[in-house]
Amino acid sequence: MTFLKRGVPLGIAFLMGVLMAFQYYVPHEHSKAFLELMTRWDKIIAGFAVFIGAYSLFHLHYTRIKRRAAGWGYSFFVFVGAFVTIAFGLYNGGEAFWHDKKEGTMFDWIYMNIQVPAGATIFSILAFFMASAAYRTFRARTVESTVLLVAAIIVMLGRVPVGALISQYIPVAADWIMGVPNLAAKRGILLGVSLGAIATSIKIIFGVERQYLGGGD
Amino acid sequence: MERLLRIDRRIIFAFVAVAVIVSLLLEFRLPVPATPPVENIFSKIESLPQGAHLLLAFDYDPSSKEELQPMAIALLHHCYQKNLRVIGMTLWPGGTGLAEQAVTQVASQYGKKNGEDYVFLGYKPGVASLIINMGEDLYTAFPKDFYGNDTSTLPALKGVESLKDIDYVIDLAAGATIETWIAFGKEKYRFEMGAGCTAVIGPDLYPFLDSRQINGLMAGLKGAAEYESLVGRKAQATEGMRPQSVTHVLVIVFILFSNAVFILSGGLRTVRRGK
Repeated sequence: MTFLKRGVPLGIAFLMGVLMAFQYYVPHEHSKAFLELMTRWDKIIAGFAVFIGAYSLFHLHYTRIKRRAAGWGYSFFVFVGAFVTIAFGLYNGGEAFWHDKKEGTMFDWIYMNIQVPAGATIFSILAFFMASAAYRTFRARTVESTVLLVAAIIVMLGRVPVGALISQYIPVAADWIMGVPNLAAKRGILLGVSLGAIATSIKIIFGVERQYLGGGD
Repeated sequence: MERLLRIDRRIIFAFVAVAVIVSLLLEFRLPVPATPPVENIFSKIESLPQGAHLLLAFDYDPSSKEELQPMAIALLHHCYQKNLRVIGMTLWPGGTGLAEQAVTQVASQYGKKNGEDYVFLGYKPGVASLIINMGEDLYTAFPKDFYGNDTSTLPALKGVESLKDIDYVIDLAAGATIETWIAFGKEKYRFEMGAGCTAVIGPDLYPFLDSRQINGLMAGLKGAAEYESLVGRKAQATEGMRPQSVTHVLVIVFILFSNAVFILSGGLRTVRRGK
């Protein structure tokens, strides 16, 4: 059982990892065909991930309702929303889901008149919370926080047209902050994250990192 | 004095609401000059010949619609004005409806025909794998378009075998897809690329702009407004500059006021004593 549970997945990860890494540097037709095949497999696996995601979501909300957790009433809306949307999606305006998607169906109506405005509403209330958070927490307590505060004010003004009306130098200063200190920090983070990703990939390929097998090691 | 630092957050919400409503009701114009990163995208599209292929990836969903949909619409107006062949697609399942709406509605204003002047490929899962697949062979990645038409027969895709044949790719992103397009698409298959994104992720993309892995960048509603002014069609994004500017100023006033109260109430002394 250990061989099936550990050995086989580790072997597959090693083989595929090495093949895909070599493939990048081999401009042969077989190499290209292999890459195309792998990308197709990956798309199919990604499609199945949707089912796992849906199962995980429903399981979480079912548990919340069962345990009467705080705000469990909202979990009903998850089931109602999902059921109604999936039902109309499968119904496909009377042509059933195995036909090409029909236009102007109830599914489209739900998307345009419920999902789109709801998404926009959630996004727009961020402005209110950000204003409240800025008032409460953005304090010049130390030299570092003062520098951050001044930089934030310049960028906030420089990123809207009113900044240029106050002074022509504000957008220039905002661009400098974004293009020099911000760029330097972001590039450093990006390099660090990329090196970390390479190191983790090598560890997975050679079986050093095994957490993806589940249950830890 | 310290009570002012702990005011009910609903008072702040009310200030923001009033600022947004008043700035939407009052008609005043703010200048929106285009910045070089936005101009670069405009210039690149201007330089493309008629019939050139432009791939527009709508990698966002309704929660980012307010920032990215005006950007998409302004870009589509420019593309159709220039008689470019637009290839629309999305890596986000939630973005399909918005992308299709933008592509078809703007196309109808210019009398463009689906399949001949533009194509909408829709959504496919896979993200990086899908991009690689498109780089190898567009027709195995998308055998059919969003409407079920066989992509290999569409005149709009004539001359396109893979991403290598696309003249310009623009990714409008609310997440990390721009990095994915660069790593698995642009760097591997060598095409010119520009990007548009929400204001929040704009700072993350400056390294790619500086290294010229993207030739231009539109960040947030301001980026969309700048593109609208370049296209000469001031619409939703330009209108949005008024409430956004007023709200930014209001937040700055809040920050300055709270810091003034903090200093006057002896907050700094307390912090120093705490050290």
